[in-house]
Amino acid sequence: MDPSRKRAIRLTVALTAALLLASALVYTSFSAGRDELTASQLLHQAVPGKSYILAGTVISQQRDGSALLFRVRDPKLHVSVPVRYTGIIPDPFAVGRGVLVTVQKQGSDTQFVGEQDSLTTKCPSKYQAAAGSKY
Amino acid sequence: MALVGRALLILGLGVSVYGIGASLYGALQGGQRWVDSGRRAVYALAGVMTLAFVILEAAFLRSDFSFNVVAGHSSTTTPTFYKATAAWSSQEGSLLLWVWLLSLWSSLILFLTRRKVREIAPYATAVLLGFATFFGSLTAFFANPFATTANPPSEGAGLNPLLRHASMMFHPPMLYSGYTLLAIPFAFAIGALITRRLNSEWIQVTRRFALAAWLFLGIGILLGARWSYTELGWGGYWAWDPVENAALMPWLCCTAFIHSIMIQEKRGMLKVWNASLILASGTLAVLGTFLVRSGILDSIHAFGASTLGVPFVILLGVMVTGSVALIIWRRADLRSDSQLDSLLSREAVFLFQNLVLVGMTFVIFWVTFFPLISEALTGTKVSVGPPAFRPFIVPLALVLVLLSGVGPLIAWRRVTAANLRRSFAFPVAAGLVALVVLLLVGGVSKRPFALAMFCLGTFVIASVGQELWRGVRARRAMTRDPVPRAFLQLIRRNRRRYGGYIVHAGLAVLLIGVAASSSFQHSHDVVLRPGQQAVVDGYRITYVRPIARATAEKISFGAVLDVAKGGRHVQTLTTTRGFYPAQDPTLGVVGRFFNGEEESQVGLRAGLTKDIWTVISPDLTPIQPLINQGDQVFLKAMSAAAALPPAQARAQITNLFAARDAAIGALADRWVRHPWAAEFLLIVSPLVTWIWLGAIVIAIGGLIALWPVPVLARRRATSAYAARLARELA
Repeated sequence: MDPSRKRAIRLTVALTAALLLASALVYTSFSAGRDELTASQLLHQAVPGKSYILAGTVISQQRDGSALLFRVRDPKLHVSVPVRYTGIIPDPFAVGRGVLVTVQKQGSDTQFVGEQDSLTTKCPSKYQAAAGSKY
Repeated sequence: MALVGRALLILGLGVSVYGIGASLYGALQGGQRWVDSGRRAVYALAGVMTLAFVILEAAFLRSDFSFNVVAGHSSTTTPTFYKATAAWSSQEGSLLLWVWLLSLWSSLILFLTRRKVREIAPYATAVLLGFATFFGSLTAFFANPFATTANPPSEGAGLNPLLRHASMMFHPPMLYSGYTLLAIPFAFAIGALITRRLNSEWIQVTRRFALAAWLFLGIGILLGARWSYTELGWGGYWAWDPVENAALMPWLCCTAFIHSIMIQEKRGMLKVWNASLILASGTLAVLGTFLVRSGILDSIHAFGASTLGVPFVILLGVMVTGSVALIIWRRADLRSDSQLDSLLSREAVFLFQNLVLVGMTFVIFWVTFFPLISEALTGTKVSVGPPAFRPFIVPLALVLVLLSGVGPLIAWRRVTAANLRRSFAFPVAAGLVALVVLLLVGGVSKRPFALAMFCLGTFVIASVGQELWRGVRARRAMTRDPVPRAFLQLIRRNRRRYGGYIVHAGLAVLLIGVAASSSFQHSHDVVLRPGQQAVVDGYRITYVRPIARATAEKISFGAVLDVAKGGRHVQTLTTTRGFYPAQDPTLGVVGRFFNGEEESQVGLRAGLTKDIWTVISPDLTPIQPLINQGDQVFLKAMSAAAALPPAQARAQITNLFAARDAAIGALADRWVRHPWAAEFLLIVSPLVTWIWLGAIVIAIGGLIALWPVPVLARRRATSAYAARLARELA
């Protein structure tokens, strides 16, 4: 076979494979993903009984026996929501860290209840600035 | 001393800017003296940055809390080892570490190449000093490690308890060495593209640095994984966290590069690809630093509020556009000298392996950034976790392992049927035997990806073993050395090749460990009282007795666990959870101990076949009323003390702190004397130890490949080659 034709075929196969991979990746990203809500979005959208992923920064925490009470703040607006959580608390959990937690609104209560063991904390990288600093 | 440190940062910045000017002027005007002066500027920068880093280290060791960074990340009670390493636990200190390491590695390469690549070196010097200027500016103007306070506190905040782990202390210098070492081939590639010196010369002088970058990055990643496993209290070693991915992406790209440069060196092919790969690796190294610095991982909005985000975006923009423009500009000079002869050849395998590695990098890049992309497009962040990675990374990893076994067996240029039979018979048979045995064992067949990884891993180990054995046999035929000596001589004489093979075997061992531990893990979350037990994967784990310890630094509650199997004692494990007081003064005196950082001490029995991993999560409900009561009592007492004259108030507060320590001790005592139920996470994972063993094998292989060939051996090889060439010409 003509070498240039051979190269063209190889390029077409490679590009097709890359395109298929990219399409599958985009599709999987959307289908496997769930919306993360900020505190302000949660306050506006939450209806009782439905679960949501809340994302934000922990601004305060308090132990209440087996439960952990903490507030998660919207990074954009100065709005925060209280969460009552029971279950395994990841070691990196602390004030100033980014967290994801699946929560539900219960009745007309303003406090959200975290689903058991749904709390994940972003890696406590040593390179991050101290909580409250400008970086 | 802080003033001296700040002056050194400014001096370093001045030296860097001068060095860029001198190097470029020398390169453009052909003035060797200016080029030499530019190179010496790099040496000077290394000296200046070393002094600056020594000053910062001394401040940490002296607990000089007038330095903001020391007050924020160390304390008088911090052990000396952690004081010394706390310097890079801060943003400011780690940026200084970046510049310091960059200056050291740059000095080393420029010293080694002072009589080589004369056309490329000045441009490479300018690029390296450009990085130094960027990071030097960040430390001098945005994140100054020598910032001080007029009223230093009497005690520092201390090092984050989670970071008090030996592997975490070496993790940042390893990663930063990797990142800064990647800047070197990046800079020389830029120099080669500018000067059109695009043969393999720039690759030969920087290859060892790319390999060192790969090794350091790999060690850094594994140290981070080990820390996650033994310190973070969730029982895993990899979470696809963006911070982890930030280091993995340049490592994957660099792995592709150190393979594909062999094709350019041997066949003069893939010049565009190699230049693109190293430019991408260098850019990803900066992206890695950017990801953990800018706040962009939290949200696009957090990025907007970050001081470091915009400078990083500008740098990355310059790197990407500059790299793409240079490659397009020099595309005519980057044409391959030869073509791929066959898809059944070592160069084709390397190419496929490169595509797999780049594919993995792209997947990780996309999924890591997808929440931000979705937020930018739709205004709502989409959460994607490990499930989004697995459908792509697992099959790609399988193909990668297969190719890492095929690569050492297949010949360059074109393979024959006889060659295939001779090389593949034993490794393929080994893989098939593994398949049959595993199918007979039962249970494994339900996990097809794990089964495939076990078989392919066996194939790789067999192929590497076969190649080593053939080499030893050939060597013995020549020298009649005993097997161990022949083995050592074989590796010593071809370190790059056999070091690489050992790395492949280590990778197979590591990925077998990953496949086994992720597919066959048994995890139980149970609540136990002393005397109660739980059974996990056949192991009977009994909560024997509670333990507790209270100090001014922390209070920890723990448990002694007995592990038994089949009625036989296996191991006694101890796990604790430490509560460090919060710094928030609005919290109660006692309550703040339970509202600060928490840290788990894992009870771990690591074995060659199974790890038993335990962690405790104490329920504080029974002591919550006591904590609240204590807070109220101390609040009243503190208020009363504040109303006293200053001298009496100080004495009273000292007494109150002693009473607080006694109260904390009483809480610890209560946990031991009147124990209540606690929650435990109990995990039994197979072959986790293989991951660490595989990593050690990879590191050994990497070191062998990296180790310089002795001068005498190199001369011998060169003279033997010259003699053979002369004979052939004659």
